[in-house]
Amino acid sequence: MMPIAWKKDIDTAIEEAKLKRKALLLDFTAAPS
Amino acid sequence: VYPDDRVTAFVNEHFIPLRIHIKENPQGFERFGVQWTPTVIIADSSGTERYRFEGYLPVEEFLPQLEFGLGKVAFARSAWKEAEERFRHVAETYPKSDVASEALYWAGVSKYKQTLDPSALAETATALRSRYPDSVWTKKASVWEVPAPS
Repeated sequence: MMPIAWKKDIDTAIEEAKLKRKALLLDFTAAPS
Repeated sequence: VYPDDRVTAFVNEHFIPLRIHIKENPQGFERFGVQWTPTVIIADSSGTERYRFEGYLPVEEFLPQLEFGLGKVAFARSAWKEAEERFRHVAETYPKSDVASEALYWAGVSKYKQTLDPSALAETATALRSRYPDSVWTKKASVWEVPAPS
């Protein structure tokens, strides 16, 4: 299973979502990475 | 929940995933008005929020919430058939989840939006009363019920 490739930049992710016509999943966290 | 294969597969298939850490990107928290973690927001492709939930959820609750959010995204762009299918799938696949009754409510609304047939709402109210008598969504749908003939 491919791990989730989390993006970190909001505007870059929005551009990709527009191109791929996908919804965005925004995960707001304070957990140690 | 993200290491779970079911969650990973669902996220990879349906979303552009974005992780915003409080220490790395507090501006991101401010931009979306997030004040607690974990918070999950599902937004459409333009970045407009369509659904959010706050607090940890186990996989069995997390997955239906994600799919419910996709229903909200479809609903917001007036894709009534897709929205109904999403909401109904949530209600039927995860009938014991906390979001199931809300999903059934919105499935009925989505069907009504497609057909403009008020029986879609009446049937939804009946189904909600039968399956989820204590849900707030059953109360909200109660105005759709057709009175029994006297």
